Formats: sequence, structure tokens, C-alpha cells
Amino acid sequence: MASPTAIRPSGGKPSPRRGSLYRGAEGMWSWVAHRITGVLTFFFLFAHVLDTALVRVSPESYDKVIETYKNPFVNLLEVGLVGAVLYHAFNGIRIMLIDFWSKGPRYQRQMLWAIVVVWVLVMLPGAYFMLERNIRHIFGGGA
Amino acid sequence: MTTAKLTSEELSAAANHAIEAPNAPRKRVRKAGQNFEMYSWLFMRLSGIVLVVLVLGHLFIMNILDGGVHRINWGFVAGRWASPFWQMWDLVMLWLAELHGANGLRTVINDYARKDGTRFWLKVLLYASVILTLALGSFVIFTFDGTIEYPTGN
Repeated sequence: MASPTAIRPSGGKPSPRRGSLYRGAEGMWSWVAHRITGVLTFFFLFAHVLDTALVRVSPESYDKVIETYKNPFVNLLEVGLVGAVLYHAFNGIRIMLIDFWSKGPRYQRQMLWAIVVVWVLVMLPGAYFMLERNIRHIFGGGA
Repeated sequence: MTTAKLTSEELSAAANHAIEAPNAPRKRVRKAGQNFEMYSWLFMRLSGIVLVVLVLGHLFIMNILDGGVHRINWGFVAGRWASPFWQMWDLVMLWLAELHGANGLRTVINDYARKDGTRFWLKVLLYASVILTLALGSFVIFTFDGTIEYPTGN
């Protein structure tokens, strides 16, 4: 079903305000973000099982690879990963409420803004604690 | 076409397609055991609620608690996997996350692959990676020996 254009019974030219790109509201964007964060997390899981499997090879090889996680740039990527997983988890709960709670569909928009607020409130201290050590190291603080 | 020209076979076929009475009992259209997609939908929600606890707990312990990622090394893993509780935590998390993610990617492939061949080979790649990840991960958790000599000291 890969039809690039919508069927227009009138056959006339589309009005300039109605392009071919579907622009959904919050419901569509929350779905897009859910997909992207899910696929990202799946690929990370693959890499993460492989790196953890090195504990079975030797302590040295595991320690060597785990060192890369402590590098400031990779540390920043980890904050991104935590943010992606956290959104996926919160939005997943929202999806379950939409599916199983009788008033869920009515409040889906409000629930999205609620999880965005909770996400920010969790990520602020989370990112701080994750990056604290590298920031202190780079900017030559007490450590 | 008149009724008189219909054979008895055609008449019974017509009778089979007759509109049923509104209060006729419901017939099962789908045979039992053919609702894989419904179970897949349910699995995403059931595994999802368990993964919220397992994965967010894992991320909190590994990245934030007590120095986060900077304290992780082989000795740290050995200490954790000495406990059957954390072994089971990681094993259940591995299986649920991998199957949850694989089912999500299966949906994504179904949505975006335009040719049957592309869809087929992407799924072959996906299922091969799932088998490799589950087998390797379970093998490591079950056969890990944390008592071997740790040269750099712990």
C-alpha cells in the first residue's frame, strides 16, 4: 500500500494549504518519538550485550571496553540514551492508560504534557549526577 | 434469469449466503490460535510494565547511584552476579527487553519495507540478531565465574 498521493475525487489541484505531508498533532509526534527512541534503544541493547559478554573473555578486555563509557563524549551519549529510554517508558505508560483506562483517550493530550514535565524534572538531576564527575574533571574543579 | 433455471446446488449456495437474522448467534470468523497479532499487542504492554521497573532500576543503579558508570569494572560485575537476585533481574530484563524490542522492530519493518524481498531479509537479520543476543547473554549470565583471579586488583 505505497500510494504516494491521496485519492482526490474532485480531481482538482490540491490547495496550497494541503500539502502531501501529514502534519499530526501531539498524538502523531509522541508516536514518532516512541518509534525513534525504541529503535535506538534496541540497537544499543545489541551492543550492550556484546560488551557485557566480555566479562566472560577476561577481566582486562571487559575493563578496557567499559573505560570507553567513562569518556566524556560517550558519557554525554549515555545521558541521551537514558533520556530516550525514560521517554519510551513514560510514553509507554501513557499508551497503556489510553488503552486500558476508560478516560485515557480523553486525556491523552494532557497525559503527554504531564510526562514531558516529569521527564524534564527527572532528567535535570539525572543528567547532573551522570555528568558531574566528567564536568569537574574537564573544568578542573576540586577533583 | 428466473428462479426456475437455478439448479439445486445454486439454490443451496444462495441460501448459505443469505443475510442472517439480527439476533442470530455470533459465529467465530477466526479460528482459535490465529490471533498472533493480538498476543503480540498484549505482550508489548505486559512486558513494557515489567521493563519500566527493571530497566529504569538498572539505569539508576548503573549510571547515577554511588558514582555511576565510573565505579563499574569487572570486579563490580563479579560482585553483583554473586547474587542470584541480580542474576535473575538481568536475565529477565535481557529476555523481556530483547523480545519487546524485536517485536517493535518487526512492526517497523512491516511498516516501511516496500518489497517482499527487503522485508524478508530484514526479518532474517532481525531474528538472527535476536537468537545471538539471547543465547550469548543467557550463556554469559549462567556461566560467569566471579571467583577467578582479578589481576589489576579490586
